[in-house]
Amino acid sequence: MSNQMEKIIEKLSPMERKIIPFLNLSIEEIEQKSSLDSVSTLRALKFLENKDIIKIKKTSKKIIDLGTNGIYYKNNHLPERKLLTLLEQNKTISLQEAEKLSKLSENEFKVSLGILKNKAFIEIKNGKIVLTAKKEEITKKFLEEHLIEMLPIEESKLAPESKHALENLKRRKNIVEIKELNLVEFELTSIGQKLAGKEIKSDLIEELTPEIIKNWNKTKKFRTYDIQSPVPSISGGKKHFVNEAIEYAKRIWLDLGFKEMSGNMIETGFWNFDALFTAQDHPAREMQDTFFIKDIEGVLPSKEIVSNVKKAHEKGIEGSKGWGYEWKEKEAKKVALRTHTTCVSARTLASLKPSDLPAKYFIIEKVFRNETLDWKHGFEFYQTEGIVIDEKVNFTHLLGFLKEFYKKMGFDKIKLVPSYFAYTEPSVEVQVFHEGRKEWLELGGAGVFRPEVTIPLLGKNVRVLAWGQGFDRIITDYYKIKDLRELYSNDLKELRNKKAWIK
Amino acid sequence: MANVKFTRSELEKSIKLTSDVIEKIELFGVPIESITDTEIEIEVLPNRPDLLSIQGFIRAVNNYLGKEKGLKKYKINKPEKNYKVFIDSEVKNIRPYTACAIASNLSLDDEKISSLIDLQEKLHSTLGRKRKKVAIGIYPLEKISLPITYTALSPDKIKFIPLEFDKPLDAGQILQKHPAGKEYAHLLENFSKYPVFLDSKKNILSMPPIINSNETGRITNETKSVFIECSGSDFNALKKTLNIIITTLADMGGKIFSMELIYGKNKEITPNLETEKIKISIDNINSLLGLNLKDKDLENLLPKMGYNYNKGKVEIPPWRIDILHEVDIIEDIAIAYGYNNLIPQMPNISTLAEETKESRIKRKIAEILIGLGLLETSSYHLIKGDEKNKIRSESLIELENSKTEYKFLRPNLLIPALRILTENKDNDYPQKIFEIGKVFLLEKNSSESKVSEKENLIIYMSPSNFTEIKQILDYLFRLLGIKYSLKESSHSSLIEGRSALINANSNIGYLGDIHPKILQDWNIKMPVAVLEISLSNIYELIN
Repeated sequence: MSNQMEKIIEKLSPMERKIIPFLNLSIEEIEQKSSLDSVSTLRALKFLENKDIIKIKKTSKKIIDLGTNGIYYKNNHLPERKLLTLLEQNKTISLQEAEKLSKLSENEFKVSLGILKNKAFIEIKNGKIVLTAKKEEITKKFLEEHLIEMLPIEESKLAPESKHALENLKRRKNIVEIKELNLVEFELTSIGQKLAGKEIKSDLIEELTPEIIKNWNKTKKFRTYDIQSPVPSISGGKKHFVNEAIEYAKRIWLDLGFKEMSGNMIETGFWNFDALFTAQDHPAREMQDTFFIKDIEGVLPSKEIVSNVKKAHEKGIEGSKGWGYEWKEKEAKKVALRTHTTCVSARTLASLKPSDLPAKYFIIEKVFRNETLDWKHGFEFYQTEGIVIDEKVNFTHLLGFLKEFYKKMGFDKIKLVPSYFAYTEPSVEVQVFHEGRKEWLELGGAGVFRPEVTIPLLGKNVRVLAWGQGFDRIITDYYKIKDLRELYSNDLKELRNKKAWIK
Repeated sequence: MANVKFTRSELEKSIKLTSDVIEKIELFGVPIESITDTEIEIEVLPNRPDLLSIQGFIRAVNNYLGKEKGLKKYKINKPEKNYKVFIDSEVKNIRPYTACAIASNLSLDDEKISSLIDLQEKLHSTLGRKRKKVAIGIYPLEKISLPITYTALSPDKIKFIPLEFDKPLDAGQILQKHPAGKEYAHLLENFSKYPVFLDSKKNILSMPPIINSNETGRITNETKSVFIECSGSDFNALKKTLNIIITTLADMGGKIFSMELIYGKNKEITPNLETEKIKISIDNINSLLGLNLKDKDLENLLPKMGYNYNKGKVEIPPWRIDILHEVDIIEDIAIAYGYNNLIPQMPNISTLAEETKESRIKRKIAEILIGLGLLETSSYHLIKGDEKNKIRSESLIELENSKTEYKFLRPNLLIPALRILTENKDNDYPQKIFEIGKVFLLEKNSSESKVSEKENLIIYMSPSNFTEIKQILDYLFRLLGIKYSLKESSHSSLIEGRSALINANSNIGYLGDIHPKILQDWNIKMPVAVLEISLSNIYELIN
């Protein structure tokens, strides 16, 4: 035996060895003689193919059989035949009467009328059916009837006129059924021809057992594994990919010395809007943009904060003119799902004591907008929010933090363009350059909190740098997701196979 | 926010759109949405409604490009005889104020008329808060006789042909039939009288904030002079809006006249283009922007944003609505300086990083469960209307006007979990899953209702059973160091005799096998075991 042959034999698994003696037979016979089930037989054949011992050929054929309605019609005639038989007895008959006498369902009746009309067997005049077919046409079997009698049959064996009939029947419900049959055959390669039919004995070690380890001696040999042969895929426990991305972003803020804030998703207008100097007639406070909660009134904070916020809105505070309107507590007590995490920043500011400064805080959490749900809109998404509170910080530091964060998120180029928010001045819109798509992505806003925001909350005008950008866009970009809904669709197959977040 | 389109050729009579200019426009703070050979579409931020007209836009960009220096001056002519508007006290509780002007010498073509109407509509929807705060009317002076009266009449006394109609309608019909009437009727709700502008012959010019008369309130190619009124509740906003319109008309070549407004004993003259001057401190500028600007720099930077500057004092254009505080001017200085010229810096502030305790515990729990081979899901906080019927909860919180089928806040994590199992019934089993997230309940007591927002953990597995889910609970709590006991109990979604309450100082959750009836309702074909606990309790238990 040649060296090459020996190597092949060393690699043969027990299953392969079991079927080699019968390789000159058909697959069914191999199954019987080797007493392997069909799945194992196929797998063994696949392995043999990998070793170039056989070549597998897969073919498929289409079998046409009767569907559930087809079985019924075969025994009880097609509805159009029933109608025709009725018309043969009553040459002119009204539509209603024909439907009643034919005992067909409304749908069957309509279909039958159509078919007979197409065959030019009938005409419909003034709500009446008139039979126009000749005697011999009526007695002759329809092509469809012929076909039904032939079934089951292989599609390739159909005559052209039967094929036409098949197309007609396929359009009707459950008359025919097409099944695809996959066939596996194989032929022997030159190596296979040498091996087929041989009994292959082996004293190679198959599985390593405690027994063998105990009695190990170096004359023993292992069967060689085919390291290329495919293995069934597995999947394990893992974090949701969105949370993986968030963990990463959280790490960045923590590494920069930020403290994590937390806050409620259900929030009063006071914290979501008023404390952030958003006038009570601002469009964002309308129902079509924000999810308000029915029949609930929220609780306002201390009188001092409320009256300072009221003053900031109405007349202004320390050098500001304010919005010049009458501020109402009722509006501030309305409860909604927070539209941004900036309300958490506002609450955090209000909780700080002078001894807590300087301070840096962040939060990455969900926010809500009353939006429709489609590939580019969603009603909830993540926002990455931060504030830096210190007398000495300035606008260029805000740009510094944003630049650092987005660099670590993989965006080296960042652009800051003027923007407008009621609660920041100066305000910027953050854009990052997407190297792959060669375009700028708009991520959201940032700025320095206005004195009308900081004075009521902190008691004095301490500088506060603030930002809050959408985060979902970065996640969809990393995972190459086109449809925003995929982020939270929880398709387990997707979740199991999603690549890990590595930056 | 509003997007506006300008004709490119019209704009290019004043400003050539070279790539350099396009870049400058973006640096100026006007995002360009699209640009073609014939048209440019820009986004106007809500603080700059003065950029909504092509004239206002050109004025500002010419400043920014340095082609025009500082504040543009407009001449306002004194009111002529009869240039008066009498404001009747009837309007006091409805729409109390109006600010008015007259412009003559106009030569209007179709394009100018359509750009005026466009400006009017954009001002209505932004600054005007959908006509609630400001509504604008423009009338051909040739068709009306001065002076004007602004008053309110009972609806049965109001009858005129509204714009786009050919028959007179009364006030009620206008609110019911006219498109503008239907859209804005809510602004007149609960009033027994509706505001109207009348000319000296008692002809109705308009019924603000709804619609003008087709006879006296429609400008055409023949119109040479116009009467302009802005009505609403905030006199200051009305004056600013009027300033935006009359400067636009002046830039179209119009001659502007002011009018005398007679509010009972008080007299006002509008429009008023007198400028406000405010002091600005160079220290404040440099401290906020992190720059080292000198007074001389301000002389260069402020005129680029349309201001005049002289020795610490800034003169503010009378069409700017957004200057409430020094910081607003400082932002403009930064824009003039160019955001692209600012150098990002990292400040030297030492602070200690800290994650919340809740985050730390959640991460630990996730680690333990992932170690057991569980997959994490992340679902919406909202649930659908039909889902609330499948798993009933009495203290459900409903959202107002949701645009999707998701209309309620989730009261537990079981509903999203069952949805996920339903949607994954054709995916590989076993499905061993967990999720951590907030749940929302309404807490009612005799006097008030409030919302409770808590964090839960759910573990759900299919196919699975009570023993397996209890094993997980046991392992998790052993690692977290929490002692617990189980108490037999019934749960509407679980099989009786195979469900339990989890007690650790108090009831903190439940576990068990989901009842086949529930599985059927959700179209789930495999057995499911579930465990849901309140993390808020766990946070307290871990010290």
